Amino acid sequence: MIYIYILIMAVTTYLIRMLPLTLFQKEIQNKYVKRFLGYVPYACLTAMTVPAIFYATKSPVSAAAGFATALALGYKKQSLPVVALFACITVFVVEKIMGF
Amino acid sequence: MKDFIEGVKDSTPISIGYFSVSFTFGIMAAGYGISPLIAGAISLCNVTSAGQFAGLTLFAAGAPYLELFLTQLIINLRYALMSLTLTQNLSKKVNTFQRLIMSYGITDEIFAVAVTKEKPITLSYMLGLEWVPIFCWTGGTILGAVANNLLPPSVQSALGIALYGMFVAIVLPVAKEKKSVLFVSVIALVCSCIFYYMPGLNKISSGFAIIISTVLAAGLGAVFFADEDEEDET
Repeated sequence: MIYIYILIMAVTTYLIRMLPLTLFQKEIQNKYVKRFLGYVPYACLTAMTVPAIFYATKSPVSAAAGFATALALGYKKQSLPVVALFACITVFVVEKIMGF
Repeated sequence: MKDFIEGVKDSTPISIGYFSVSFTFGIMAAGYGISPLIAGAISLCNVTSAGQFAGLTLFAAGAPYLELFLTQLIINLRYALMSLTLTQNLSKKVNTFQRLIMSYGITDEIFAVAVTKEKPITLSYMLGLEWVPIFCWTGGTILGAVANNLLPPSVQSALGIALYGMFVAIVLPVAKEKKSVLFVSVIALVCSCIFYYMPGLNKISSGFAIIISTVLAAGLGAVFFADEDEEDET
Protein backbone atom coordinates (compact mmCIF):
# COMPACT_ATOMS: atom_id res chain seq x y z
CA MET A 1 0.00 0.00 0.00
CA ILE A 2 2.69 2.52 1.01
CA TYR A 3 4.73 1.28 -1.99
CA ILE A 4 1.99 2.28 -4.43
CA TYR A 5 1.86 5.72 -2.80
CA ILE A 6 5.62 6.12 -3.15
CA LEU A 7 5.49 4.95 -6.78
CA ILE A 8 2.73 7.41 -7.75
CA MET A 9 4.52 10.28 -6.01
CA ALA A 10 7.91 9.45 -7.52
CA VAL A 11 6.68 8.93 -11.10
CA THR A 12 4.52 12.07 -11.10
CA THR A 13 7.31 14.24 -9.70
CA TYR A 14 9.92 12.81 -12.09
CA LEU A 15 7.76 13.35 -15.18
CA ILE A 16 7.11 16.99 -14.20
CA ARG A 17 10.86 17.57 -14.04
CA MET A 18 11.89 15.41 -16.98
CA LEU A 19 9.39 16.26 -19.75
CA PRO A 20 10.17 19.99 -20.19
CA LEU A 21 13.91 19.35 -19.97
CA THR A 22 13.91 16.71 -22.71
CA LEU A 23 11.16 18.09 -24.97
CA PHE A 24 12.58 21.61 -25.33
CA GLN A 25 16.08 21.31 -26.72
CA LYS A 26 16.29 24.35 -28.95
CA GLU A 27 17.28 27.84 -27.99
CA ILE A 28 14.19 30.04 -27.75
CA GLN A 29 14.32 33.02 -30.14
CA ASN A 30 11.34 35.15 -29.06
CA LYS A 31 12.73 38.01 -26.97
CA TYR A 32 9.70 38.17 -24.65
CA VAL A 33 9.86 34.46 -23.85
CA LYS A 34 13.64 34.68 -23.36
CA ARG A 35 13.24 37.63 -21.04
CA PHE A 36 10.42 35.88 -19.18
CA LEU A 37 12.50 32.75 -18.57
CA GLY A 38 15.43 34.92 -17.48
CA TYR A 39 13.26 36.49 -14.77
CA VAL A 40 11.69 33.22 -13.59
CA PRO A 41 14.44 32.34 -11.07
CA TYR A 42 14.28 35.69 -9.28
CA ALA A 43 10.49 35.80 -9.26
CA CYS A 44 10.24 32.21 -8.11
CA LEU A 45 12.85 32.47 -5.33
CA THR A 46 11.35 35.68 -4.00
CA ALA A 47 7.85 34.20 -3.99
CA MET A 48 9.13 31.12 -2.15
CA THR A 49 11.04 33.20 0.43
CA VAL A 50 8.46 35.82 1.42
CA PRO A 51 6.39 35.35 3.51
CA ALA A 52 7.37 31.68 4.13
CA ILE A 53 10.67 32.69 5.78
CA PHE A 54 8.80 34.23 8.71
CA TYR A 55 7.33 30.81 9.58
CA ALA A 56 10.50 28.75 9.06
CA THR A 57 11.68 29.02 12.67
CA LYS A 58 10.04 28.89 16.09
CA SER A 59 9.06 32.53 16.07
CA PRO A 60 8.50 35.21 13.38
CA VAL A 61 10.71 37.51 15.50
CA SER A 62 13.78 35.29 15.30
CA ALA A 63 12.99 34.61 11.63
CA ALA A 64 12.80 38.36 10.91
CA ALA A 65 16.18 38.83 12.60
CA GLY A 66 17.65 36.02 10.49
CA PHE A 67 16.06 37.52 7.38
CA ALA A 68 17.56 40.94 8.19
CA THR A 69 21.00 39.36 8.59
CA ALA A 70 20.62 37.58 5.24
CA LEU A 71 19.53 40.83 3.55
CA ALA A 72 22.49 42.76 4.98
CA LEU A 73 25.05 40.11 4.01
CA GLY A 74 23.39 39.46 0.64
CA TYR A 75 23.53 43.17 -0.11
CA LYS A 76 27.27 43.04 0.56
CA LYS A 77 27.49 40.11 -1.91
CA GLN A 78 28.69 37.54 0.59
CA SER A 79 28.80 33.92 -0.63
CA LEU A 80 25.77 31.61 -0.24
CA PRO A 81 27.14 29.43 2.61
CA VAL A 82 28.21 32.52 4.57
CA VAL A 83 24.79 34.17 4.27
CA ALA A 84 22.97 30.93 5.15
CA LEU A 85 25.23 30.23 8.14
CA PHE A 86 24.97 33.71 9.65
CA ALA A 87 21.20 33.73 9.20
CA CYS A 88 21.09 30.47 11.20
CA ILE A 89 23.39 31.84 13.90
CA THR A 90 21.24 34.96 14.22
CA VAL A 91 18.09 32.87 14.68
CA PHE A 92 19.85 30.71 17.26
CA VAL A 93 21.12 33.70 19.26
CA VAL A 94 17.84 35.63 19.11
CA GLU A 95 15.88 32.56 20.27
CA LYS A 96 18.33 32.09 23.18
CA ILE A 97 17.83 35.74 24.18
CA MET A 98 14.05 35.36 23.90
CA GLY A 99 14.32 32.33 26.17
CA PHE A 100 13.04 29.54 23.91
CA MET B 1 35.76 16.47 -13.38
CA LYS B 2 36.44 20.15 -12.70
CA ASP B 3 32.74 20.86 -13.27
CA PHE B 4 31.77 18.05 -10.92
CA ILE B 5 33.91 19.41 -8.06
CA GLU B 6 32.60 22.92 -8.68
CA GLY B 7 29.07 21.54 -8.44
CA VAL B 8 29.85 19.82 -5.14
CA LYS B 9 31.26 23.08 -3.74
CA ASP B 10 28.24 25.07 -4.87
CA SER B 11 25.91 22.58 -3.20
CA THR B 12 27.21 23.08 0.37
CA PRO B 13 24.50 25.45 1.66
CA ILE B 14 21.83 23.27 0.02
CA SER B 15 23.12 20.17 1.80
CA ILE B 16 23.05 21.86 5.21
CA GLY B 17 19.49 23.07 4.68
CA TYR B 18 18.31 19.73 3.30
CA PHE B 19 19.67 17.82 6.23
CA SER B 20 17.63 19.82 8.73
CA VAL B 21 14.41 19.85 6.69
CA SER B 22 14.57 16.12 5.91
CA PHE B 23 15.29 15.42 9.56
CA THR B 24 11.91 16.94 10.38
CA PHE B 25 10.34 14.87 7.61
CA GLY B 26 11.87 11.71 9.13
CA ILE B 27 10.44 12.55 12.55
CA MET B 28 7.01 13.13 11.01
CA ALA B 29 7.16 9.86 9.03
CA ALA B 30 8.12 7.93 12.15
CA GLY B 31 5.12 9.54 13.84
CA TYR B 32 2.88 7.95 11.19
CA GLY B 33 4.45 4.55 11.87
CA ILE B 34 6.60 4.45 8.74
CA SER B 35 9.93 2.63 9.15
CA PRO B 36 13.20 4.61 8.76
CA LEU B 37 14.16 2.77 5.56
CA ILE B 38 10.79 3.35 3.89
CA ALA B 39 10.94 7.01 4.94
CA GLY B 40 14.42 7.18 3.41
CA ALA B 41 13.09 5.54 0.23
CA ILE B 42 10.37 8.21 -0.04
CA SER B 43 13.02 10.94 0.17
CA LEU B 44 15.36 9.21 -2.29
CA CYS B 45 12.61 8.68 -4.88
CA ASN B 46 11.04 12.14 -4.63
CA VAL B 47 13.58 14.71 -3.43
CA THR B 48 10.89 17.33 -2.90
CA SER B 49 9.99 18.86 0.46
CA ALA B 50 6.44 20.19 0.12
CA GLY B 51 5.33 17.26 -2.08
CA GLN B 52 6.59 14.69 0.40
CA PHE B 53 5.02 16.35 3.43
CA ALA B 54 1.70 16.51 1.57
CA GLY B 55 2.07 12.91 0.40
CA LEU B 56 2.67 11.74 3.94
CA THR B 57 -0.44 13.53 5.20
CA LEU B 58 -2.51 11.96 2.40
CA PHE B 59 -1.09 8.51 3.15
CA ALA B 60 -2.01 8.91 6.81
CA ALA B 61 -5.54 9.94 5.80
CA GLY B 62 -5.82 6.96 3.41
CA ALA B 63 -6.58 9.29 0.50
CA PRO B 64 -7.37 7.82 -2.94
CA TYR B 65 -4.55 7.52 -5.50
CA LEU B 66 -6.09 10.11 -7.81
CA GLU B 67 -6.01 12.71 -5.05
CA LEU B 68 -2.38 11.87 -4.35
CA PHE B 69 -1.54 12.26 -8.04
CA LEU B 70 -3.34 15.61 -8.36
CA THR B 71 -1.77 16.99 -5.18
CA GLN B 72 1.71 16.08 -6.37
CA LEU B 73 0.98 17.58 -9.77
CA ILE B 74 -0.18 20.91 -8.34
CA ILE B 75 2.48 21.25 -5.66
CA ASN B 76 5.32 20.21 -7.96
CA LEU B 77 4.26 21.82 -11.23
CA ARG B 78 6.71 24.64 -10.51
CA TYR B 79 9.49 22.19 -11.39
CA ALA B 80 8.18 22.15 -14.98
CA LEU B 81 8.71 25.90 -15.17
CA MET B 82 12.18 25.50 -13.68
CA SER B 83 13.12 22.69 -16.07
CA LEU B 84 11.92 24.77 -19.01
CA THR B 85 14.04 27.70 -17.82
CA LEU B 86 17.06 25.44 -17.33
CA THR B 87 16.90 24.22 -20.97
CA GLN B 88 18.12 27.65 -22.00
CA ASN B 89 21.19 27.43 -19.78
CA LEU B 90 22.37 23.92 -20.67
CA SER B 91 25.59 23.36 -22.57
CA LYS B 92 24.98 22.38 -26.23
CA LYS B 93 26.71 19.06 -25.54
CA VAL B 94 24.01 17.86 -23.12
CA ASN B 95 22.04 15.12 -24.95
CA THR B 96 18.64 13.61 -24.24
CA PHE B 97 19.99 10.73 -22.16
CA GLN B 98 21.91 13.17 -19.95
CA ARG B 99 18.76 15.25 -19.56
CA LEU B 100 16.89 12.16 -18.36
CA ILE B 101 19.48 11.71 -15.62
CA MET B 102 19.92 15.30 -14.43
CA SER B 103 16.19 16.06 -14.35
CA TYR B 104 15.69 13.66 -11.42
CA GLY B 105 17.46 16.03 -9.04
CA ILE B 106 15.95 19.37 -10.03
CA THR B 107 14.66 21.02 -6.86
CA ASP B 108 13.98 24.65 -5.94
CA GLU B 109 17.46 25.04 -4.50
CA ILE B 110 19.41 23.05 -7.12
CA PHE B 111 17.62 25.02 -9.82
CA ALA B 112 18.39 28.31 -8.09
CA VAL B 113 22.11 27.63 -7.97
CA ALA B 114 22.32 26.08 -11.46
CA VAL B 115 20.36 28.77 -13.28
CA THR B 116 22.34 31.66 -11.82
CA LYS B 117 25.64 30.05 -12.90
CA GLU B 118 27.33 32.26 -15.48
CA LYS B 119 28.55 29.51 -17.81
CA PRO B 120 26.62 26.77 -19.66
CA ILE B 121 25.60 23.85 -17.47
CA THR B 122 27.09 20.40 -18.09
CA LEU B 123 25.98 16.99 -16.85
CA SER B 124 29.01 16.65 -14.55
CA TYR B 125 28.28 20.01 -12.95
CA MET B 126 24.66 19.00 -12.32
CA LEU B 127 25.69 15.62 -10.90
CA GLY B 128 28.16 17.34 -8.57
CA LEU B 129 25.49 19.80 -7.53
CA GLU B 130 22.82 17.15 -7.01
CA TRP B 131 24.41 14.17 -5.30
CA VAL B 132 25.48 15.56 -1.91
CA PRO B 133 22.15 17.33 -1.26
CA ILE B 134 20.23 14.17 -2.28
CA PHE B 135 22.47 12.11 -0.01
CA CYS B 136 21.87 14.55 2.88
CA TRP B 137 18.15 14.67 2.12
CA THR B 138 17.87 10.86 2.29
CA GLY B 139 20.29 10.45 5.20
CA GLY B 140 18.63 13.21 7.20
CA THR B 141 15.25 11.51 6.73
CA ILE B 142 16.53 8.15 7.98
CA LEU B 143 18.32 9.71 10.96
CA GLY B 144 15.26 11.77 11.81
CA ALA B 145 13.08 8.67 11.76
CA VAL B 146 15.57 6.66 13.85
CA ALA B 147 16.49 9.18 16.53
CA ASN B 148 13.76 11.71 17.09
CA ASN B 149 15.87 13.99 19.25
CA LEU B 150 19.33 13.90 17.73
CA LEU B 151 19.43 17.65 17.17
CA PRO B 152 18.27 19.95 19.97
CA PRO B 153 15.08 21.84 18.96
CA SER B 154 16.94 25.18 19.13
CA VAL B 155 19.40 24.01 16.48
CA GLN B 156 16.60 22.55 14.33
CA SER B 157 14.77 25.86 14.46
CA ALA B 158 17.90 27.82 13.53
CA LEU B 159 18.63 25.51 10.57
CA GLY B 160 15.10 26.09 9.30
CA ILE B 161 16.14 29.43 7.87
CA ALA B 162 19.26 28.18 6.03
CA LEU B 163 17.64 27.64 2.62
CA TYR B 164 15.85 30.98 2.68
CA GLY B 165 19.09 32.73 3.60
CA MET B 166 20.57 31.15 0.50
CA PHE B 167 17.70 32.40 -1.67
CA VAL B 168 18.25 35.94 -0.39
CA ALA B 169 21.95 35.67 -1.22
CA ILE B 170 21.06 34.65 -4.79
CA VAL B 171 18.43 37.30 -5.53
CA LEU B 172 19.63 40.40 -3.70
CA PRO B 173 23.01 41.03 -5.38
CA VAL B 174 21.37 40.81 -8.83
CA ALA B 175 18.37 42.94 -7.82
CA LYS B 176 20.82 45.57 -6.56
CA GLU B 177 22.53 45.76 -9.97
CA LYS B 178 19.54 45.45 -12.30
CA LYS B 179 16.38 47.52 -12.04
CA SER B 180 14.41 44.92 -14.00
CA VAL B 181 15.25 42.13 -11.53
CA LEU B 182 14.42 44.42 -8.59
CA PHE B 183 11.06 45.17 -10.23
CA VAL B 184 10.32 41.47 -10.85
CA SER B 185 11.29 40.53 -7.28
CA VAL B 186 9.10 43.20 -5.71
CA ILE B 187 6.09 42.13 -7.81
CA ALA B 188 6.69 38.48 -6.86
CA LEU B 189 6.96 39.44 -3.19
CA VAL B 190 3.70 41.40 -3.24
CA CYS B 191 1.83 38.63 -5.13
CA SER B 192 3.13 35.95 -2.81
CA CYS B 193 2.08 37.90 0.29
CA ILE B 194 -1.38 38.52 -1.17
CA PHE B 195 -1.78 34.76 -1.75
CA TYR B 196 -0.65 34.05 1.78
CA TYR B 197 -2.68 36.60 3.74
CA MET B 198 -5.75 37.50 1.64
CA PRO B 199 -8.84 35.62 2.86
CA GLY B 200 -10.14 33.37 0.08
CA LEU B 201 -6.92 33.50 -1.92
CA ASN B 202 -5.03 31.88 0.94
CA LYS B 203 -6.93 28.64 0.26
CA ILE B 204 -4.84 28.20 -2.90
CA SER B 205 -2.04 25.66 -2.37
CA SER B 206 1.44 27.09 -1.82
CA GLY B 207 2.68 25.37 -4.98
CA PHE B 208 0.07 27.09 -7.13
CA ALA B 209 0.59 30.43 -5.38
CA ILE B 210 4.29 30.25 -6.27
CA ILE B 211 3.52 29.41 -9.91
CA ILE B 212 1.01 32.25 -10.31
CA SER B 213 3.27 34.79 -8.55
CA THR B 214 6.24 33.72 -10.67
CA VAL B 215 4.39 33.87 -13.98
CA LEU B 216 2.85 37.26 -13.16
CA ALA B 217 6.08 38.86 -11.98
CA ALA B 218 8.32 37.43 -14.71
CA GLY B 219 5.64 38.19 -17.32
CA LEU B 220 5.29 41.83 -16.27
CA GLY B 221 9.08 42.11 -16.22
CA ALA B 222 9.32 40.70 -19.74
CA VAL B 223 6.77 43.22 -21.04
CA PHE B 224 8.18 46.30 -19.28
CA PHE B 225 11.86 45.60 -19.83
CA ALA B 226 11.67 43.91 -23.23
CA ASP B 227 13.82 46.50 -24.99
CA GLU B 228 16.71 46.48 -22.56
CA ASP B 229 20.11 45.36 -23.77
CA GLU B 230 20.41 41.55 -23.90
CA GLU B 231 23.87 41.55 -22.36
CA ASP B 232 22.64 43.50 -19.40
CA GLU B 233 20.07 40.87 -18.57
CA THR B 234 21.54 37.45 -19.17
